Amino acid sequence: MTTAEPTRYAPPAQADTRQVIRPYGDTTGDGMVQVSFTLPVPAGARAEAAALSLAGQMGLDPASVVHVKPMGPDFTFFIVYGRVRHLIDYAAIEAPEGREYPLLSATEANQVIRAGLGRPLVVVGACIGTDAHTVGIDAILNVKGFAGEKGLEYYRELRVVNMGAQVAVAELVERAKAENADAVLVSQVVTQRNAHLHNAKQMAAAFHAEYPTAVAAGMGRPLLVVGGPRFDTVTAADLGVDRIFGRGTTPAEVASYLVHALLPGAGR
Amino acid sequence: MSDTAREDKLGLDPRLVDRARRLAARAAEPVIELARTHTTVSVERALLRLTGLHGADAGGTPWANVITDAVAAQVGLEHGVALPVWDALRAGGHRDLESLAREVARGGVSFRLPTGADAGTARAAAGAAARAGIARIDRRRAERDRLLREIGDPPQPWIYLIVATGDIHEDIPQAQAAAREGADVIAVIRSTGQSLLDYVPEGATREGYAGTYATQENFRLMRAALDDTSRELGRYVRLTNYASGLCMPEIAVLAGLERLDMMLNDCMYGIIFRDINPRRTFIDQRFSRQIHARAGIVINTGEDNYLTTADAVDAAHTVIVSQLLNERFGHEAGLADGQLGLGHAFEIDPSLPDSFRLELAHAQLVRELFPAAPLKYMPPTKHMTGNIFAGYLLDAFFHLAGVMTDQSIILIGMMTEGIHTPWLSDRDLALENVRYVRTACGRLAEDFVPRPGGFVAERARRVLAESVELLERVEADGLLPAIADGTFGVTRRPPDGGKGLAGVVARAPGYCNPATEILDTEDPHGSRDMAEVPA
Repeated sequence: MTTAEPTRYAPPAQADTRQVIRPYGDTTGDGMVQVSFTLPVPAGARAEAAALSLAGQMGLDPASVVHVKPMGPDFTFFIVYGRVRHLIDYAAIEAPEGREYPLLSATEANQVIRAGLGRPLVVVGACIGTDAHTVGIDAILNVKGFAGEKGLEYYRELRVVNMGAQVAVAELVERAKAENADAVLVSQVVTQRNAHLHNAKQMAAAFHAEYPTAVAAGMGRPLLVVGGPRFDTVTAADLGVDRIFGRGTTPAEVASYLVHALLPGAGR
Repeated sequence: MSDTAREDKLGLDPRLVDRARRLAARAAEPVIELARTHTTVSVERALLRLTGLHGADAGGTPWANVITDAVAAQVGLEHGVALPVWDALRAGGHRDLESLAREVARGGVSFRLPTGADAGTARAAAGAAARAGIARIDRRRAERDRLLREIGDPPQPWIYLIVATGDIHEDIPQAQAAAREGADVIAVIRSTGQSLLDYVPEGATREGYAGTYATQENFRLMRAALDDTSRELGRYVRLTNYASGLCMPEIAVLAGLERLDMMLNDCMYGIIFRDINPRRTFIDQRFSRQIHARAGIVINTGEDNYLTTADAVDAAHTVIVSQLLNERFGHEAGLADGQLGLGHAFEIDPSLPDSFRLELAHAQLVRELFPAAPLKYMPPTKHMTGNIFAGYLLDAFFHLAGVMTDQSIILIGMMTEGIHTPWLSDRDLALENVRYVRTACGRLAEDFVPRPGGFVAERARRVLAESVELLERVEADGLLPAIADGTFGVTRRPPDGGKGLAGVVARAPGYCNPATEILDTEDPHGSRDMAEVPA
């Protein structure tokens, strides 16, 4: 990631190596953006001035408040349009790494597992902690699947144990051991008070404690995978897991990753 | 609610509808029999709560659990807690159940199953205590009826909004603000941890995950606050909570005692989505529905949830089948049609051609199958993306479908569904959306008459036909095996799996539960001459 230092005026000599861009409203370089927010004050001229002040501090210059809506006696909602003064040197922006493994079909994944492992690959999945939202884990595990793709239960060479909702971490560790799990999939949807981060860390720590001599995922301990819509602020290393999957992840992406991570070099 | 909008528009075959209902009744029968012949720890605790027991020990274990667990350990629950508890209450000279519970906690109470005259004395005392509890619930119902008359009952569709801060003292101003902005029904989402707690927490609570604990005190605080707001607004604002999870019967009792108006109470939701044992759920559910019937509480069922895991087109008939089962279980427990807030949802993939016509067909089918039920229609969730602008449009179409098909309770759509719990502004924009649709459409339902033999009518007939086919299978195989087989919500739940089975007990001959006796024998809606509890 590049740093967000404000870009200073660049002498023309360097201009040919730079590709400066700004947001596009309806003209190249107009820098127009829209934002909406609520201020905890009653609607009125003073509230509108406060909204403009915020917009100015956010770098919108000029800014215009196009919509003001009182929400009860104590709050006001604003929609603001404005021109941002920030510049982006697109040439200096590196594309984040894409998927580091090939996307396999169910048939291909099954073949790799059969050839490379010689037995079904065991996946234990759960929603841990107080999270009762099984939508994510079910979308990945249930035969029904997600986005037109069948879930992991559909893969002949995967043995799936879906423990469902509100599973205690200790219960998950115990089950993973009992099932000889190759991979543990944990879904976390509830984000209030950062429950998803707390739970994922707790889960990872429990597995690392349970397998103190493990060398790596698949070598002495199961592969640890978490998924959920709001893990975009952290890295896998922050949580102590091997991989994070975000919103819109499909079962095939997860299956392909499991094969890639647990059977490296196989099926290429 | 207009009767003209509920005329027969789809040309459904009445014989097929009758057949569907008969099949649902037959499929439900073995499960009802199971509920009539078994009790659970939560049913027994519900009796104690009904008679006024509340409070907890220093560690937070409610007195209802302390007593029930001790009776279970000492004499077993197969005869119910009533005889051992009221026998011990008299024998020990305890002032009330709470003093008894304190003594139990100190290890100073030996329960026994009384016989002869002692049994008669205990039975009479327990009966009087249960009668007083039921009378309190009756007075609360009468109080609601009076407030509806005095303050005013808003027209349907009712706008249903959720608050979910985790802190009852934050929930209250949010709920009041939502009511002022137009909400007719406020639902306080429970902390997600609660459904699997085998006790009901005590007191006002400020710490919950993605919701606020259902406690008697939280119920009381919120109802009192909404009573104030109702008077201010000139319309009675209804309050909803969740009689689901392992404490369904107790929470139903607390809702009745604190005049909650609606309760989420599905016959299979806990089984499928929370992995609660199927037997436990069905036994708890029957008692909780008997209480709801008596308390005049409208139940909300959870069929919308099936469509979040299964495909909303392929699985449309599973919604109908579940609604018919919920209706049967509800009627058997004494709920009137006007208390059956059967659920369904607008969850068809919007990229599908004719998705809106399919939604209209499903929604109209439900409307016609259950003309007197206050149907609860749930907004899109599965196909809401991070594109809040597209989401706002989809929500408007959902509101439109709700108005066109004369749905009764509309849980309004949030454009930030799936991104975060709604912000103040999300809720305000959502209300603006539904207000526009409601105002712009007026009584559009009267004009919406699908062409006979057209797409909408044919789709509805096909879903009904598929529902009858599925009911035939469920009736032949049995409901519990069908659930084990993953028929609903694509999740397989065996009858001996899941949480809470240890709390299920077969009733012995001579089982005594005076609450059940009243609920089994009296008309829950019979007119009663009663004084109200002061508000």
